[in-house]
Amino acid sequence: MTGGGDVVIALALTLVALAGTTVIMTDAPERQAVTLSVFGVLLSLLFLVLQAPDVALSEIGVGAAIVPLLVMLTIRTMRGGR
Amino acid sequence: MTRRYRMMLFLVSAGCLGVLMAMAFLAMPGFGQKSHFYRDHAVAASVKHVTANVVESVTFDQRGLDTLGEEVILLVSVVGAAALLRPSKEEDEKRKLQPGRVLEGTRLMGYLMLAVTMLIGMDVVIHGHLTPGGGFQGGVILATGIHLVYLAGNYPALERLRPEHVFEVGEAVGAAAFAILAMAGMIVAGAFLANVIPQGDSSAFGHLLSAGTVPLLNVLVGLEVASSFIVLLAAFFKQALAIRGGASPQGTVDRGGDR
Repeated sequence: MTGGGDVVIALALTLVALAGTTVIMTDAPERQAVTLSVFGVLLSLLFLVLQAPDVALSEIGVGAAIVPLLVMLTIRTMRGGR
Repeated sequence: MTRRYRMMLFLVSAGCLGVLMAMAFLAMPGFGQKSHFYRDHAVAASVKHVTANVVESVTFDQRGLDTLGEEVILLVSVVGAAALLRPSKEEDEKRKLQPGRVLEGTRLMGYLMLAVTMLIGMDVVIHGHLTPGGGFQGGVILATGIHLVYLAGNYPALERLRPEHVFEVGEAVGAAAFAILAMAGMIVAGAFLANVIPQGDSSAFGHLLSAGTVPLLNVLVGLEVASSFIVLLAAFFKQALAIRGGASPQGTVDRGGDR
């Protein structure tokens, strides 16, 4: 392993840890959907750095797009005039 | 069960789990080391079947059964979610929705990105056996991409663009055809999911027509995954936007608002 690669992996891991903490610390669920989406993007970056582009693509589709969208739609249904 | 007892139970179980995980991590091979027993065998088997993307060779050829299992899990969860989310008798589904008001720039970008995303999705599905991606990833891109029409502010157009019954059929056909192809392997070669289509010789390596059943299975999974997520999201959208309960209709908070 080259030193440069290690630095990039450590950086990506740190970003994922920070983003994960941010998701937990976010109070309102509708804001959490947004931080969760950012977390998904950073996690897919980590997968890419770890040479797993296939997993990165899945994560970006499911973790960064579909799950936050389902959360947003659910919140809207629960709050919207019912 | 008192709160104190629950806390103790939690601490004991968390402690046990922590010890087990520490033991497991310590016994794992080092991070990024040179020797990889599994890689050596998987890459050799992948090259033998003229599949440039080794990950795809593992998921659709060497361990295709796992992928079939995952596909069925997705199918069953979507059927379950759709059954739970279907409109009940007292819910009114007939509410007419007008196109929402969004900025012109957002609308333009939405339709522009729709075309780009559809192309990328199809590219990822079709070239799954050559480059990173495949049926699942491409299917997810296609299913989410179609919803850019909603971001562009036009929910009625989205409803016309994805007639649910078509994708309900697509979901079933994708999963069934996967199983049929798997059975074909059983009949022709005596093994479930055997790669029975000629994979081509080494000159075909990295070309579109190679890897035998892998690209075909990719297209079927792409169909199944895209249809499944579209059906799932459609059920959620219908609950969130088109259904009003009879009791107390309040004004909806629409996106955009007054300019």
